Amino acid sequence: MSIKIDSQLCSGCGKCRLVCPGSLLYEDNAGRTEIRYPGECWGCTSCVKECDFKAIKYYLGADMGGNGSFMYTKREGQLLHWIIAKPDGSEKRLTTDKSKANAY
Amino acid sequence: MKLEIRNLETDILIIGGGTAGCFAAITIAENSEVKVMIAEKANIKRSGCLAAGVNALNAYIVKGQTPETYLNYVKNDAEGVVREDLVYTIAERLNAVTAKMETLGLVTLKDGKGDYVSRGTRNIKINGENIKPLLAEAVAKSPHVTVLNRVNMIDYIVEAGKVVGGYGFSLDNNTFYVISAKAVVCTTGGAAGLYKPNNPGFSGHKMWYSPFNTGAGYAMGIRAGAEMTTFEMRFIALRCKDTIAPTGTIAQGIGAQQINSVGEEYEKNYGAPKTPNRMYSTVSENKKGRGPCYLKTVGITERQEEDLYKAYLNMAPAQTLRWLENGKGPATENVEIEGTEPYIVGGHTASGYWVDTRRGTTLEGLYAAGDVAGGSPQKYVTGCFAEGEIAALTVLAYIQGKKNSRPSSQDAEKKLAVVNQFLQDNKSSLYAVGEVEEAMQKVMDEYAGGISTGYTFNYPKLQVAKERIKELLGISYQLTAKDLHELMLIYEVVDRLYVCQTLIGHLEARQETRWHSFQENADYPQRDDEHWLKYVNSHFAEGKVQIILRDLVAKDDIYEHKDR
Repeated sequence: MSIKIDSQLCSGCGKCRLVCPGSLLYEDNAGRTEIRYPGECWGCTSCVKECDFKAIKYYLGADMGGNGSFMYTKREGQLLHWIIAKPDGSEKRLTTDKSKANAY
Repeated sequence: MKLEIRNLETDILIIGGGTAGCFAAITIAENSEVKVMIAEKANIKRSGCLAAGVNALNAYIVKGQTPETYLNYVKNDAEGVVREDLVYTIAERLNAVTAKMETLGLVTLKDGKGDYVSRGTRNIKINGENIKPLLAEAVAKSPHVTVLNRVNMIDYIVEAGKVVGGYGFSLDNNTFYVISAKAVVCTTGGAAGLYKPNNPGFSGHKMWYSPFNTGAGYAMGIRAGAEMTTFEMRFIALRCKDTIAPTGTIAQGIGAQQINSVGEEYEKNYGAPKTPNRMYSTVSENKKGRGPCYLKTVGITERQEEDLYKAYLNMAPAQTLRWLENGKGPATENVEIEGTEPYIVGGHTASGYWVDTRRGTTLEGLYAAGDVAGGSPQKYVTGCFAEGEIAALTVLAYIQGKKNSRPSSQDAEKKLAVVNQFLQDNKSSLYAVGEVEEAMQKVMDEYAGGISTGYTFNYPKLQVAKERIKELLGISYQLTAKDLHELMLIYEVVDRLYVCQTLIGHLEARQETRWHSFQENADYPQRDDEHWLKYVNSHFAEGKVQIILRDLVAKDDIYEHKDR
């Protein structure tokens, strides 16, 4: 379980660094964020949801069935869009609404 | 690098800013003007086991139920060995703490009459994705509450038999904190990572319980001589294969049954549908060659499938990614299930500090709430709120008229020297901290009833585990850290080794099998009510886990520590 941070997209705002429950994210030499301990990631997506720059890509390790897809989020008011990008370039979008309870 | 002492002072120190800790702080702020300090190893906005969110509130007194029926359920599910006084005092507060969370912004599902929509007989539907940010906001608005984020606490300050603060270090700079307090509330959560996990490689931290909850609170208590209870009742969760995501959402949400590889619904063949049996039945089916086991979801509607995708995004997003990545959602493929590695977690089972009815531990000045407090299984999130509230009110009464005391500078320097010993710039230990962790998890897996043995153990195996854990504890004090993160990892391993020691002592002590899988003693495979309707407790003294057996406590008893 882990994330990859796209250094081209990372703005270095540091919001993600503050929330990681494992304190795994650090500022690199260029002022951007790096994950220093990828194997320690729990997969909670706290950092992903903080990122306004689509820079944090959340993926499943190959050892748990990962097959090349990744997920990132985009916030729009109360809505949170979860975009799943597949290796063939296709995307699937799911939207959760902060103001609505789960059906289950 | 060497750490340097910084002295701080507060009225009440709360160690761990999770569910119970934040709620305790909010309660104190609402009822007094005393100074509170929360020391949190990460950041309270997303720390602890609810970082990703929570799917439902699983402890609530729904219409037609009462605190008594809740207690009966918990007692029955735990085969009689619970602290009724603790479960009942939680049950009485479940609905009020839920209402409180709603005022803090928690979204709940209501019907046309304004009543909560229930999921089963004890659960209500919510959107719990932001439950930690909501708590953190409420803490930030609470006057007189200071939060120390990214501070890893390592031990209590004990003066003349009383807990009067704690020691910890910063993850950001070379500060060693010596925090003086009139009383301490421990809310650090339970312990994961003791056993070899389901995903032993790269995705080793993809576990159900937070891998960052490493039993620090238990270990600090064990080292200080606090009495612990029921560690032998481990929690093993039935989870979605690989992602280790919860299964209750599917089982309760759409009523999916557990089936084996030939499509048989097997749970009914294993007695009453109690929590350990859901696990045990699945382990047994696999042992009999009828695995893999699944939750039967094929045929659910497209709408149901979409709702499941969203429900998992709000608590365990890996599962949704897994479904979509494969292109096979639960409507077209049943969801494979497996048991996790054993955890020690007092919010689900009864492991933790032995507390009195008011949540005082056996150490004066130290209170416990949430997953770290024992005796009261199935408290879940709302139960942790309730317990945080009870502990907060008790500690407020305790500190009346008390003064702060601080350790002698000699004691603090001595503690600091132990920490600094790990931080020697020009020295590198033979083993790395990760190797010690792996060794611990392997030993516990093979000799103390992990996944590879079907959770079963016996006396000779436990002796091997005991010996090796002791050796690993010796090795762990020789480790070196190149930075503060590694220093935290060393303390996490040390803490888990202490928890393992106590756990092994408890597994050895209960000479029966009361909870299948959770406590599967091959030497005593039967339940024995004649001798074992008792609590197995322990305290650590003279380098050994000393077992104490105690009689059951009833619902209306006000239990006090008479012999501390």
